[in-house]
Amino acid sequence: MSSLNVSGAFVYFVIPILGGIPITQTTVSSLIVTIILIVLSIRLGKNLQKRPTGVQVLVEKGVSMLYGMVAETMGEHNLYWTPFIGTIFLSSILGSLIGMTGFLRSMTADLSCTLVWAVLVSVLIWYNNIKNNGFIGWLKGFTEPIVVMTPMNIIGEIAQPVSMAFRHFGNVAGGGVITSILYLALSLLSNAVLGLIAANGVLIPIVLMAVGVGLIVWSKKKTHKKWSMVLGIVSSVLGVFGLLQAMGVLEGVPVLSFGIPAVLSCYFDIFSGFVQAYVFSLLTMVYIGNACPPPEETGAVQ
Amino acid sequence: METLAQAIMVAGKAIGAGLCMGIGAIGPGVGEGNAVSKTVEGMARNPEMAGTLRSTMIMGCAIAETTGIYSLLIAFLILFAL
Repeated sequence: MSSLNVSGAFVYFVIPILGGIPITQTTVSSLIVTIILIVLSIRLGKNLQKRPTGVQVLVEKGVSMLYGMVAETMGEHNLYWTPFIGTIFLSSILGSLIGMTGFLRSMTADLSCTLVWAVLVSVLIWYNNIKNNGFIGWLKGFTEPIVVMTPMNIIGEIAQPVSMAFRHFGNVAGGGVITSILYLALSLLSNAVLGLIAANGVLIPIVLMAVGVGLIVWSKKKTHKKWSMVLGIVSSVLGVFGLLQAMGVLEGVPVLSFGIPAVLSCYFDIFSGFVQAYVFSLLTMVYIGNACPPPEETGAVQ
Repeated sequence: METLAQAIMVAGKAIGAGLCMGIGAIGPGVGEGNAVSKTVEGMARNPEMAGTLRSTMIMGCAIAETTGIYSLLIAFLILFAL
């Protein structure tokens, strides 16, 4: 029987400068993500041809998609924000997907990463607000509809980066915890089933194996019965491992946790990673776009 | 489970985490169901906008999921880190 151990990123070692800087799994992952992005950018940006061929077509499509996204939400005058938005978007996607390799931990499954991005975006929003409206204008914006709304506006302003950070972190890290709980549940179920099969000696496992092989052979003859092939495979696998447990060779093999977590990982890792990266970038674009109005409205010379 | 204090603590953790996630799962379910129903209605009314409607719905559901994720995080915090 196993138990679940949910913890933060594992600290590899601590650099003893400035009171100790810990090198954690997240640090290693983010370094690898940065190196991958830099190498990809340099490789794909070399030898650009006027008539694109090969990979350049895909790269141009991706870059024009990014520019289109920024122009749609922030306006044409804010296109200079695209490299920043693109960096956050690509880092977020790559940081969430890199946890699917077995030995690295997702960069965004650590609150340090998403909180720093959210605070960075907030500082940018405040700076642009102050630049466009002046310091007094920004403070006046808190009393905007009615003066008594000021505490609610201040709380809302603090809640923006906190909510962005926790949404991203919660989705990615929560998906990981749910997957590991699922692995634990399936392995407990496998233990129970194998214990039931192999409880009274080698007879039942051998019967199961024979039934399984028979079902597989039978389903090959009548090809419209797909369920009998699946049932045959499951039965023979259970029979084999039950036999091994009854003979005392291998005990408690988690045989049922083979395919199901992979299917769920399509939702939790891939889909959730993409959607959360897109939502984070979209919220960033909307907030910064609100803080940077078009130049004709402010009357300032751009 | 050696002492009564540890048993009470584990029981408290279980009740807390269960209530937290259980009540927190109501809101996003109702909200996202409403959003999807309006989207399907809009798609039935105007089938050529289906792609835009679908993307906007996914984005809206991701934002409405936020409070559910908050309660999931608190449940994990109670269960595993307290």
